[in-house]
Amino acid sequence: MRLDDLLNHTSEWLKGTGPHSDIVISSRIRLARNLDKFAFPHWANKKQSEEALETIEEVIPKVDYLKQATVFHLAELDSIDKQFLVERHLMSLEHAQKTNHKAVAVDDEEIVAIMLNEEDHLRMQVMQSGFNLFEARNIINKLDDSLSKELSFAFSQDLGYLTACPTNTGTGMRGSVMLHLPALVMARQIDRVLSAISKLSFTTRGLYGEGTQASGNFFQISNQVSLGHSEDEVIESINSIIRQIIQQENQAREIMLSRNNRSMLEDRISRSLGILKSAHIISSQETIELLSLVRLGCDLGMVKDINRSRINELFIIIQPAHLQKIENKKLSMQERDIKRAELIRNKLSLS
Amino acid sequence: MLCDICGKNPATVHLTEIIDEQMNELHLCEECARQKSAQMEQQFGLSDLLGGMAEFGKPEKEIGAASSIKCANCGLTYADFRKMGRLGCGECYQAFKKYLLPLLKRIHGSSQHLGKSPFKVAKVVKKKSDLQELRDKLQKVIEEEAFEEAARIRDEIKELEKKEKK
Repeated sequence: MRLDDLLNHTSEWLKGTGPHSDIVISSRIRLARNLDKFAFPHWANKKQSEEALETIEEVIPKVDYLKQATVFHLAELDSIDKQFLVERHLMSLEHAQKTNHKAVAVDDEEIVAIMLNEEDHLRMQVMQSGFNLFEARNIINKLDDSLSKELSFAFSQDLGYLTACPTNTGTGMRGSVMLHLPALVMARQIDRVLSAISKLSFTTRGLYGEGTQASGNFFQISNQVSLGHSEDEVIESINSIIRQIIQQENQAREIMLSRNNRSMLEDRISRSLGILKSAHIISSQETIELLSLVRLGCDLGMVKDINRSRINELFIIIQPAHLQKIENKKLSMQERDIKRAELIRNKLSLS
Repeated sequence: MLCDICGKNPATVHLTEIIDEQMNELHLCEECARQKSAQMEQQFGLSDLLGGMAEFGKPEKEIGAASSIKCANCGLTYADFRKMGRLGCGECYQAFKKYLLPLLKRIHGSSQHLGKSPFKVAKVVKKKSDLQELRDKLQKVIEEEAFEEAARIRDEIKELEKKEKK
């Protein structure tokens, strides 16, 4: 697979299928693993980094789920390609910054991605569409078992998997669920919900991952604790929190429709769709806000002729590196705003 | 308006910086703003928080002595860990155990792994955790000077250790 092949392909996790896919965009689990006795990437010298990279790369073709995977060496990619991988949620922004001896392995369907020599030697992730941590956990568990047969991981009986940062020690596991909560935001209930979540030692992030602001009513919720609980316990606790949030969002949606707000809401949604269908210059921020409303319109049956996976896909492909890959050239911010509007008009008139 | 840093691109991000009560307004282009924000994140790093947490309640003298402890496998010192907030290799956990255990407890509320193991030795892990629990208990009763209780727990630990060796 070449990097450009990803462009003509919708990632598995954007398909808008799976349980509760009206409110839950995707479920993701990542595991942090390190090679036993090897210096962690930030502390390793050139030779050690090379050795770690080679050791892992060598086993990849033998590992379940990775037999068809492609390994991209970051030092060989230009800045747009690196940003492109970040925008597709296949690697972190941090990974794209200092690129020596770093790589990312991606399977054809973009379900599995492994960053090599990021903060830890391996950061593997599995993404699923909808509310499906259980399936993500099944896949990543098998992937991890298969890797464990080939590689010797840094592990202690008492402390579990040993990671570069003590915040990941133990299971090395972070489960996250991406939620779309427009009704809770409109009803001004969201702060109450988020503050309750943070008290239970979960964190909230925005659509585009670590360090990003919540925008377009998207919230990514993940566990913080990795020591003292088994993987299944952690996933069960995330699941139970997510179930409650889904319930609250559904209630807020019902209230929005039952009070005499229906026309107002319909008006906002139709106007948003109108702008997206007719704008000639549009920023990504404006796009995200409007798309969020159109997505809600889909969920509520107010927008009938556009399916959810097309909207999900738009959130990803309107980003700067995607636009530049589609046009196959560098674009200034102004040029991007024009191309973005054109792309949206095309995509929305198609359906 | 052009970017204050590169002076080339138009400024689209407007930032107010307050350093020691001195307010400073910056007008930046997208590119420079991104670099600036990465810089700021580094300045206030996780390392500051973690370093502080590990030593909470420990006397100054001990912290000074700890700085020079070195991991025999990778050469990272405890001072390096404090500076960066990152360990150097898996062996560092053993080398800095005394300081890391309270830190892990503070972060996670526990310092005992209960998740999966790469060796499929679930049973052994379970036993070890019983043992750990007893050792923690022993430490506590010794601190409380409940020596009879301590002796009983000590025997229990010995018993369990014997079983494990078999």
